[in-house]
Order: sequence, then C-alpha cells, then structure tokens
Amino acid sequence: MENPYLPYPVRIDDIEVATEDKSLKTFTFVFVNPEDEEKFAYKAGQFAELSIPGVGEIPIGIASSPVEKGFVKFTVFRTGVVTTHLHNMKKGDLMGIRGPLGNWYPWDKLENKNVVIIGGGFAFTTLRSSIVYMLDPANRKKFKNIDVVYGARSPGMLLYREELFDWEKRDDINMHITVDGTDDPDWKYHTGFVPQVVEDNAPVADEDTYAIVCGPPIMIKFTQPALTKLGYQPHQIIMSLENRMKCGIGMCGRCNIGKELVCKDGPVFTLEEINQTPKEY
Amino acid sequence: MNFITIDKKDWAPGVDQSRKTYRVYGPVEDKNGCQIKPLAPDMQPKMDAPVTVMSAKSVLFPQTEKILTATLDESKEDHHVMKPVETDDMPRVVLGIRPYDAKAVHLVKLNFDNPDYKDPYWCAAYDATTFVGLGVTRPGPCDFSTAVGSGPFSEEGLDVLMADMDDKYLAKILTEKGEKWAAACGFATAADPKESQVLFDVLKKEAEKQIQADVNTDKLAQKTILDLYDAPFWDEVAFSCINCGTCTYVCPTCWCFDIQDETRHNTAVRFRNWDTCMSSLFTHHASGHNPRGTKVQRVRQRFMHKLKYFLDKYDQGIMCVGCGRCVASCPVNIDIREVCNRMNDYETTK
Ligand SMILES: Cc1cc2nc3c(=O)[nH]c(=O)nc-3n(C[C@H](O)[C@H](O)[C@H](O)COP(=O)(O)OP(=O)(O)OC[C@H]3O[C@@H](n4cnc5c(N)ncnc54)[C@H](O)[C@@H]3O)c2cc1C
Ligand code: SF4
Ligand code: SF4
Ligand code: FES
Repeated sequence: MENPYLPYPVRIDDIEVATEDKSLKTFTFVFVNPEDEEKFAYKAGQFAELSIPGVGEIPIGIASSPVEKGFVKFTVFRTGVVTTHLHNMKKGDLMGIRGPLGNWYPWDKLENKNVVIIGGGFAFTTLRSSIVYMLDPANRKKFKNIDVVYGARSPGMLLYREELFDWEKRDDINMHITVDGTDDPDWKYHTGFVPQVVEDNAPVADEDTYAIVCGPPIMIKFTQPALTKLGYQPHQIIMSLENRMKCGIGMCGRCNIGKELVCKDGPVFTLEEINQTPKEY
Repeated sequence: MNFITIDKKDWAPGVDQSRKTYRVYGPVEDKNGCQIKPLAPDMQPKMDAPVTVMSAKSVLFPQTEKILTATLDESKEDHHVMKPVETDDMPRVVLGIRPYDAKAVHLVKLNFDNPDYKDPYWCAAYDATTFVGLGVTRPGPCDFSTAVGSGPFSEEGLDVLMADMDDKYLAKILTEKGEKWAAACGFATAADPKESQVLFDVLKKEAEKQIQADVNTDKLAQKTILDLYDAPFWDEVAFSCINCGTCTYVCPTCWCFDIQDETRHNTAVRFRNWDTCMSSLFTHHASGHNPRGTKVQRVRQRFMHKLKYFLDKYDQGIMCVGCGRCVASCPVNIDIREVCNRMNDYETTK
C-alpha cells in the first residue's frame, strides 16, 4: 500500500534570497532518488508538503513548472516555526517533500482561450509555474492572449524579478507589473493596487477569456468586482484558495469550506463553485 | 449465515483460548468509567457494561499514533529520510462493541479508505480487526440510534452479533472474520437458524420500542448548504458552548487529526493526534487570519459537518449513529437531537 504521508527525500541544491527584506527565499530541491522525480509529476497550480523531520510539515505552492526538469522550486515566506527553520537551512541539507497535492488550474479548459493571470504578494508562486508552462515553446500556441497583472508592496518585494523583466520584453505576453508605492523615480511600471490595475488594464471578457486569481484574501475580495465590471462570469474566474492544512490528502478534516476540502477538491475553484460554499477562507 | 450458542461458562475459557491468535479488546471499568481497552492476559471484558464513555474508535485510530520516524544523526547514511512506522497487523478482536459503534466504523471508513488515498495505518488496523457486537437490550436515555439508520441490533459493520440470553449468548456469525474468531475460541454449538432469527427479531423489536427518539433527518438533503449555514439559530445553539471539544472526542464518527513532529536525542518522530474543530487553532493561518475564529463558527462547523456536509458529500446518511455520547458528555447540555431537528425543520423565508 502506498503511504501518502511518506515524503520523498530531497536535497537543497540552491537557496536564493527572493526579496529585498529577505523574508522570502526560493529553495531549489533535487530528489535524492532520481526515480522519485518521475513519481512527483505535477501540474502548474498544485502544491506540496515541505517536510523537515523533527520540525514539521507545511503546504507550499510549487513555484517551478512541469516543463522545468531536474529540480523543484518553492518560494517560502518566513513566518513561524517550520518556515524559520527552513530559512536557516543551507545548501546540501536533506529534508522531504510530499505530493504533488491538490488539483491544478484547468489547463484543458484553458486551451485556445485568452488567459489573464492576476497575482499579489507571494501567492505568485504557482502563477510563475503557470506562466513558465504556458510560455514553453511546446505550449505557447495552445493559448491565445496571455495577460499578467502582478503586484507587490514595493519594487524590492517583487518575486522572480529577472524573469518578470524578461517576460516584459516578449511580445507574446502582456505584463502589467505594479507596486503599492515606490519612491524610485525611475520606476517605469504601474503603481497602485492590483484590483485597480486589473480594472484599467485587463482585457474585457468575452466567452473565450478566463482569469486566474491568486493572492491574499483581501486582494481576491476586491479583484472579483473589478473582473465582474469587465464582464467576467463566475465560471470564468478561477481562484486558488489557501486554508490551514495538515494532511494535504483530504483526511485530517482541517481545511474544509462547506463540503469541499481545499487540499483535495481544491485549492483551485471557480468563483461559481465558491459562490455555493460558505465564506470560510 | 449461521447461528451458534455460547454457554456463559464457556465464554471466559473461549476468550482466553483466542488470545493465542488475537489481541483482545473489550469494555473495562476503571476510574474514568467504562472504556474499550486492550485486555491484559488476566482480564475479561465486562460484557454487561452500560454505554462506554469513549467509543471503540481508538482501536483503529489511536489518540496518538506514531506514523513516521527518521534519524537526525548525520553520520548515518539515511539521516533525515523519513520511514514509515511498521503497521501493526496482529489480528485483534473487539468484544462487546455496540452496534452503533460498529456502524460508525463504516462511516469513518469513507474518510480513511477512499479511491484517491488510503490511510495505511487505519486500513491495516481495520483489516486486522474483528468486531464482535453485543445487541443493546436496554438502550440508555440518550440513545437515538434507530432514528439515524442504526439501532440496538443493527448488523452493519459487525462480524458477529450476539444477544445476551441470560445463561448463554446467541451469536449470529455475519462474516468470514467472525467465523474465524468463533473457531479460535472453540465456540461451535450450532443453533437452529430459523428459531434463532425469530429470537433476534423479537429482541430487536423490544429494544427498539424502548428508544423514544424524536429525531428527524428526512428533509436535510433537500436544503442547501448556504441556507442552513445562514440560518438564524446558530448564535442560540452555540451560546453556552465552552469549546471544550468533549463532544468530538467521545464521538465514534469524528476523525479529525493533527500532525506534529517531535525530536528526542537523534530521532525525529512524526505523530498524528486527535484534533477538534472546536479548537480555535484548528483553522488558524500562520498569517493570523482565521476563517473560524469565533465560537459560533466552530459550533456551526461541527453540526454542519455531521448533518449536512457529510450527507451531501457521501450520500450515506448523516455522520452520526445516535449513540448519544455527545449529549450525555456535554457539560452545558448542547443536544445534537435538538439541533438536528432545528436544521431539518428550518424553512428559509427567502
Ligand atoms: C495551498 C497552500 C499553498 C501555500 N503556498 C505558499 C507558498 O508558496 N509560499 C509560502 O511562503 N507560503 C505558502 N503557504 C502558507 C504556508 O503554508 C504557511 O506560511 C506555513 O504553513 C507557515 O508555517 P510555519 O510553521 O512557519 O508557521 P507557524 O505559525 O509556526 O505554524 C502555522 C500554524 O500552525 C499552528 N501552530 C504553530 N505552532 C503550533 C503549536 N505549537 N501548537 C498548535 N498549533 C501550532 C498555528 O495555528 C499557525 O497558524 C501556502 C499555504 C497553502 C495552504
Ligand atoms: S454526534 Fe453524538 S450522538 Fe452522534 S455519533 Fe457522535 S457522539 Fe454519538
Ligand atoms: S461538549 Fe458541549 S461545550 Fe464542549 S465543545 Fe462540545 S458542544 Fe461545546
Ligand atoms: S489538509 Fe487535511 S483535510 Fe485538507
């Protein structure tokens, strides 16, 4: 019997400080047993449990993309017991990852559609995974227009900066980068909150357009009306939720909203689905 | 289906004989009341015990259970690699379990053994366990099992159902596991199947008559989750709750758990422990955000999970077998029977 609690052993291959205040770091892991990498086949939008023996396990969105082989990446905000321990670990250390867990963005449904990606703060991780997946030469022609609205508190808090500015230069993706505020006189992108930038820049919806939204609850809350104004119907708004989790496999009963378990039935839901559930997220 | 009779003077020797093959669990009386526990070699189950304070759920789902370990000693090649703790496959038998508790095992199975994931610890324990039930001839005042699809002589989830006939037990062998257990005890006196079934039917009828539960669940399925969630009575239901969690710990169908790590010397151990939706930490995010930060939200979650979410998710009735333990144990007398009726009768005015 497969043991769904058993993590794959992994080694930290690289640690990169991701934001200027050092509160976020991106960890690159390689599998100790190469055959485990195949078993860990994931889709963009899924998450995993990072597992530090003797310390604990935490759910973290997968930041690398299925088209990137040989490693997996996670970007982690230092906030409590496990995340602080992880931030103090070093290259070469051993730990575990368990997954992939949860569902993913509905890639089949998104084919031949316009996709608008909206992210705020460090919830951008699984959105990075999605963008890299869609921009992959083998996949790009499967999607029509791709728009990205991504906001952070300040320029120094933007994740994956180099990639962002690379994407900015491409003509097969429209980037709308924003910060809440900045005193940098050379800042050439947007300032303002994500919902406003969405309202001003995201494409108006036709039936071939879907929006993927991932961010803190407050951003999600105010982005919905902006999208509605632009004509998006609840089934065209796809969101990734975060609830407190432990098992990640639908058994511990912790993460439910109504009858849905966010870890297993989610974390990805359409607004149409969420409208049928109590607002417990 | 076959019936056997077990003379009560053969019972204890039979139980002792079965210990060669089985670890034996049964009701024992101690300072905390009556509990289902593993029996020491010199102990016999207290078969005539009343309702046990705690259900038999810990036989398959211990309150604290080691699930993984790893060495942290960096001189060892496999340091920091987690390994499963051996599952315990030794056959075990639970004697004197009440039929509603056996039915509860079946409801809990939906969670731990599903098409996507199997919980290896729960499943191994389940496979190894034989449930020998004792029909309830004198249901207690809180028993409403008949109202929720179980009952004092319900057979669901049992391998053997016994009826107490004063100087003997009449036993109905329901499964192969049950047959094996009877053989291991040396219980082999066949009883007439027709007569025995008639006797069971009579006992069942008499026991069911004593349960005067007025609990209705027939209209729960038609209501929407949001209507019940937004119903006006939750503040009132939750008013006196002190969030002690007792109702969830005594419940045979509550299965929520936590996972925690501990380190001792150079060994890391990952445990799982019973947890409860009554605790405010249960859903507390690391960011400080808590979707169920207030008591009324948590009380509502417990009842909505048992009486609506479970029903909608599995279409197997409600997640309650009517044992009445939560009613009897709640220090402030919150009564699931009343809440269930309130939910069932609720008509939205929208
Ligand atoms: C699907 C999903 C994806 C996520 N993706 C990311 C991501 O990409 N990047 C990221 O940085 N974060 C992500 N998170 C958030 C991340 O899981 C949390 O920040 C992380 O769990 C915090 O762990 P911690 O141990 O450091 O925090 P802690 O605050 O120490 O622990 C987390 C929670 O555990 C409880 N707790 C802690 N200690 C105890 C104790 N002793 N007893 C009882 N309860 C205790 C508290 O209620 C606390 O809220 C994601 C979460 C989810 C659900
Ligand atoms: S909810 Fe109460 S009555 Fe129902 S099974 Fe649980 S403890 Fe028994
Ligand atoms: S036993 Fe009663 S007081 Fe305690 S948590 Fe349950 S409902 Fe609340
Ligand atoms: S995290 Fe355990 S059920 Fe979702």
